[in-house]
Amino acid sequence: MTPQPLVITNGRLVLPSGEPVRADLRCEKGRIVAIGDDAAPREGDSVFDAGNALVAPGLVDLGVFAIDKPAFHFGGITRAALMPDQGPPLDHPARVRFAAQSGKPDFWVHPLAAATRGLEGTELAELALMREAGARAVSTGRRWVGDSGVMLRLLSYCAMLGLVVVTHAEDAGVTGTAVATAGEVATRLGLPSAPAQAEALAVARDIALAEMTGAQIHIRQVTTAAALDLVRAAKERGVRVTAGVTPAHFMLSDLELVDFRTFCRFSPPLRGQADREAVVAAIGDGTIDVIASGHDPRGPEDKRLPFADAEPGMAGAETLLPLTLTLVRDGVIDMARAFTLLAGNPAALLGANAGRLVLGAEADIAVVHPTRPWIVNSDKMAASAGNTPFDRRPVEGRVLALWKGGTRID
Amino acid sequence: MAPARSYPAGGLAYPHRDLTGIGHLARHEILYLLDEAEQWVELNRQSNKRANLLSGLTIINAFFENSTRTLLSFEIAGKRLGADVVNMQAATSSVKKGETLIDTAMTLNAMRADAIVIRHASSGAVRLIAEKVDCPVLNAGDGQHEHPTQALLDALTIRHALGLPKGSDLNGLRVTICGDILHSRVARSNILSLSALGCEVSLCAPPALMPTDIEAMGVKVFHDFDAALKGAQVVMMLRLQMERMSGQFIPSPREYRHLYGLSLDRLAKAETGALVMHPGPMNRGIEIDSQVADHVERSLITRQVESGVAIRMACLEVLTRRARALPGWPPLGQTTGGEIA
Repeated sequence: MTPQPLVITNGRLVLPSGEPVRADLRCEKGRIVAIGDDAAPREGDSVFDAGNALVAPGLVDLGVFAIDKPAFHFGGITRAALMPDQGPPLDHPARVRFAAQSGKPDFWVHPLAAATRGLEGTELAELALMREAGARAVSTGRRWVGDSGVMLRLLSYCAMLGLVVVTHAEDAGVTGTAVATAGEVATRLGLPSAPAQAEALAVARDIALAEMTGAQIHIRQVTTAAALDLVRAAKERGVRVTAGVTPAHFMLSDLELVDFRTFCRFSPPLRGQADREAVVAAIGDGTIDVIASGHDPRGPEDKRLPFADAEPGMAGAETLLPLTLTLVRDGVIDMARAFTLLAGNPAALLGANAGRLVLGAEADIAVVHPTRPWIVNSDKMAASAGNTPFDRRPVEGRVLALWKGGTRID
Repeated sequence: MAPARSYPAGGLAYPHRDLTGIGHLARHEILYLLDEAEQWVELNRQSNKRANLLSGLTIINAFFENSTRTLLSFEIAGKRLGADVVNMQAATSSVKKGETLIDTAMTLNAMRADAIVIRHASSGAVRLIAEKVDCPVLNAGDGQHEHPTQALLDALTIRHALGLPKGSDLNGLRVTICGDILHSRVARSNILSLSALGCEVSLCAPPALMPTDIEAMGVKVFHDFDAALKGAQVVMMLRLQMERMSGQFIPSPREYRHLYGLSLDRLAKAETGALVMHPGPMNRGIEIDSQVADHVERSLITRQVESGVAIRMACLEVLTRRARALPGWPPLGQTTGGEIA
């Protein structure tokens, strides 16, 4: 079904760069066809008055663990890359094909193919066949591929296939069973912990292998100053590496672990304050390319446990946009960059013609009130579980309306 | 070391429902529990060791991790106070995952226990249970986090050994703790308790068994045992689990003994007359030589066990005062946090 042509008027358009501009936006057959003067409404168009709100690309969430449409739609997310850590893992073409269809028509799922069979890190999965089945990129999942030989062969193979490899950067030999970053907080709480340098060790190896093979890697979460320095230097050398992060690591430090709050158990774990500040700086200077939710709704059976026994992860889809907007309010980045991090860059990594308000792009559009206040309430979330460390936190920024391929999502 | 003259009146002397850790206690609250234990030390030396203060109350010892001595100590403490004591020993493996821990807590709660004593292999587990039940909860050791009654009994043992009166703290005393600090809840509780009582605490362990940034807890860190012993008036040895000294953290038991075993020769490097403690169970001939462990004047090891019963009696008696409606100890209400608002 082709949607009626849509014109959004009275909005401030968030274009790929510059300040938001007041202009109309016209979509036809699910694509953006006109911006500005020639976008004026015509007879038979559906017209939406944005009332001076922002008109932005729908968010593209690079790395979620569950398809949770109500939460994604609440958060202005129109596409998500699904991590292969499913039960069973996305290591078979049929599963990838099924996952790729699972969100349509009002949400697009881009499955990330499991890099290795069963995500065990030992044998390569059928990556070319999974690409045919709809995988837009490859991922090592929550785990680090410990065997450098396997990683080398994986990266050279993916370089040939032209698939981005999304990696998890924690040296598993150093982290062991750790659930926290080594430091005063973990020491006082008696939690198994590992030094933050476990991340830099993994990042250094993966960058070296990417440089060697010419593969493109995206390190899904870079959360420490040392690892960010490595990424920064590699980018300067022209290595094809990008870095992502979730709001938890630029909003919170390991002080949140006091009282054993399992909603603050993440992988990688929360870091010290200096590393948190380094993440904010890296978002500001362009070292970090992607902000994603890591959406992973978990009920009490996974979270109401002693800290070390609880599962990591948070329900992050609804708070992704408002928490990123704190960086705009604080002057770390401008509005255009915020949506580049949330939509433009992840779409480019996935090879999706979306994430930017440009002619010809898919009409995935969010109308956003950037300062509308609301309070996060874990009891009343759209997500299938309310495991957020941001419960009761006042935030600003709310999605007023959302379109997927030019069709309004209610 | 001036004795404290008095404590806040009634329930304000101990304004908590639970005893989940030393970290939650003020200095005067620690001293209060030590002073309350003195009467039970006396009683325990009589032939009739029975006080019926807690008669009619039910105390459940829920041990999710294997224990012999701590469980026995709590059981004896409860029985000497006249309570009905039941022990629940669940192997950690069978209740490791899922809702079971919370479900168990709810079950114990529904049985209307008047106090629950908990040991669990995971840090923070006791607190998690405490949030779910309506009665006082005593931490008998949670993971690598805290073991508050051990720290209290150690402080009481030191106070007695030094001949200090009721109300005294341990101001200026130099204590060295040596062993597997990283995995030790005893070490963490003792650091908190001894520091609060005015001790200078030094720690000694190889780097792999020393927690990161532990200096932030106000202690000195050593890797060389001889240097750590210099000036020590009390030497507290910790047990090193056998599997950790077979290549994981330490190449072999004899290598560990070579570096960190407390022999009589080594003990001579501490302050003259230094006292020796060990929370047990000991690896004789590894972290501590028998001549040291059995040294009549220097070793406090059996006296620690004796103090343990008295301390646990004091904790059980104080924590059940609200349930027994003692004058000045009004109920905290159906709170879940255990603190006065």
